[in-house]
Amino acid sequence: MSSLIMLITVFVLAIFVGIEIITKVPPTLHTPLMSGSNAISGITIVGALILAGALEGQDLFSPLAKTMAFVAVIFASINVVGGFLVTGRMLKMFQRK
Amino acid sequence: MGMQDLTNIIYLIAAILFILDLKMLAHPRTAVRGNQLGALGMLLAIVATLMSGTWDWTYIILGIGIGSLIGAVAALRVKMTSMPELVGLFNGFGGAASVLVAGSALVATFNAVNAGAAGGSMQTKVATVLSGIIGSVTFFGSYVAFGKLAEFLCVKWKLHTWQKIVKYGFSLAVAGSGIWYGLTMGTNPLSITFMVSAVLIGGLLLPKKDRFPGMDLLKGLSAIASVALGVMLVLDPSNTPLFWVLVAVAGVLGVILTLSIGGADMPVVIALLNSYSGLAAAATGFVIDNTVLIIAGSLVGASGLILTKIMCKAMNRSLANVLFGTMGPTADTPDADEVYKTVKSASADEVAMTLEVAQRVSIVPGYGMAVSQAQHAVRDVANFLEDKGIEVEFAIHPVAGRMPGHMNVLLAEADVPYDKLKEMDEVNPTMEQVDVAIVLGANDVVNPVARTDPSSPIAGMPIIDVDKARTVVVIKRSLSPGFAGIPNPLFAADNTLMFFSDGKKAMLDLLAALKET
Repeated sequence: MSSLIMLITVFVLAIFVGIEIITKVPPTLHTPLMSGSNAISGITIVGALILAGALEGQDLFSPLAKTMAFVAVIFASINVVGGFLVTGRMLKMFQRK
Repeated sequence: MGMQDLTNIIYLIAAILFILDLKMLAHPRTAVRGNQLGALGMLLAIVATLMSGTWDWTYIILGIGIGSLIGAVAALRVKMTSMPELVGLFNGFGGAASVLVAGSALVATFNAVNAGAAGGSMQTKVATVLSGIIGSVTFFGSYVAFGKLAEFLCVKWKLHTWQKIVKYGFSLAVAGSGIWYGLTMGTNPLSITFMVSAVLIGGLLLPKKDRFPGMDLLKGLSAIASVALGVMLVLDPSNTPLFWVLVAVAGVLGVILTLSIGGADMPVVIALLNSYSGLAAAATGFVIDNTVLIIAGSLVGASGLILTKIMCKAMNRSLANVLFGTMGPTADTPDADEVYKTVKSASADEVAMTLEVAQRVSIVPGYGMAVSQAQHAVRDVANFLEDKGIEVEFAIHPVAGRMPGHMNVLLAEADVPYDKLKEMDEVNPTMEQVDVAIVLGANDVVNPVARTDPSSPIAGMPIIDVDKARTVVVIKRSLSPGFAGIPNPLFAADNTLMFFSDGKKAMLDLLAALKET
């Protein structure tokens, strides 16, 4: 099996898993669901780190690519840290009672 | 087992933690733990990445530090009423990050090819294009959504200083950088397309209205141009400026797609952009051959799609209708003065007397509750009534407010227990047994016209049937129409009392009146 087909398999199966589990989230928690899933979409930080951290002489090194990836690391960190924190803040309010 | 295998196994664990996070969001009791597991998954994914090679740590630490600081300050300081704006903004950052990673990977790969490494595969090329288009639509679309929610885009009234700075600053920055980069590229079709797109984006965000002639044409043109440029980029990936032209043209598409969607449809837009930000991340995963990006991205993409579907169903409209259709008064909309001839207005004392003798009270909050920050005051009223032995519940329409679940978050902030928050389908069957229904700053979601008039723009939209309650108290500042722009006969019904006031003030006055009697 080629690696592309394998990745597409992963993609399609994950979509189905997502649909199955998210259908069970009650409307009360839809806002935390959005901010929480938004934090998860900050996973692009992984790609940003690989490109921003490239050392001179490595395959992926290019000053322009590095600068762009550096900005991407900042954006993705905002997404990840802000997203998980604000979701936690909201969920604590639901948990109090 | 090599380092690469270990990294991939940790990625798998991270993916499982993300799934558990979303799964545990199904109940308020487990949700906090779920969110922590998700954060742990993210931490593991980052650690695994950083373990797998040698790095230039300066950029990594600096980037994570700056981003975390901004994110933490935003997350801890934001008011619960501004949650839709914050989520919109975060969506935008996600989209921008995807564009930048894909662009960076393209530049880096091209560099490596120059240095003698193997060129990118077809998969990388197609994924780069998709990532660029979806990411750019997400970024610019989110900016428009943010601007509409924070009320500085497409509004007629005077702006605050910060709103002016953001609005004109953003337009100027986009148009300016477009012209600057276009000039450095020289005179050729690509650079002209880039300049025109950037100036268009900047200019489209300036008018004080969100619809103008030629919009649909521009929407179609930018969509076709995005695809055409994408094909060109796949055929010639070494032409990196092409990527930026693609991003600019897709940006025009993102701006127009979101501009043309009306205020009432904001919950759909936010959900849809959420989905896009996930799909952009998944596309980026295909660019850099990374499974954890693909899994996390598709989970988010699925989540946004489901929410979009739920929101559309709650408005009885198809997604295509939300994206391309317009909503507003039709030709035969009844005249407001005619409808409102028999409106009865009531004071806080009169409403208090009605509540005194009630056994069951249903409160229906809407966007007006968020605007007036009435959630704490309404909780006090609810608690006071409950202490008197009156049964109180909150009936929440799925599209009440500006994003899915908006009302629930505000009421949770005010310590209203979540089992008091009832869904529309749960409340409607027993509405006849409700003695007093209090409508707090909601309008279209309680408009009986949706049931009775098939020619109305909201015909068939499921509503909360407050008109079937014995008495309805509507708290509203005026008789002005809701987002749908049509009069609401509920306000003039025999069993309705209009309590004209700001939501919070009404609740405070009502509480004072209740305590007196």
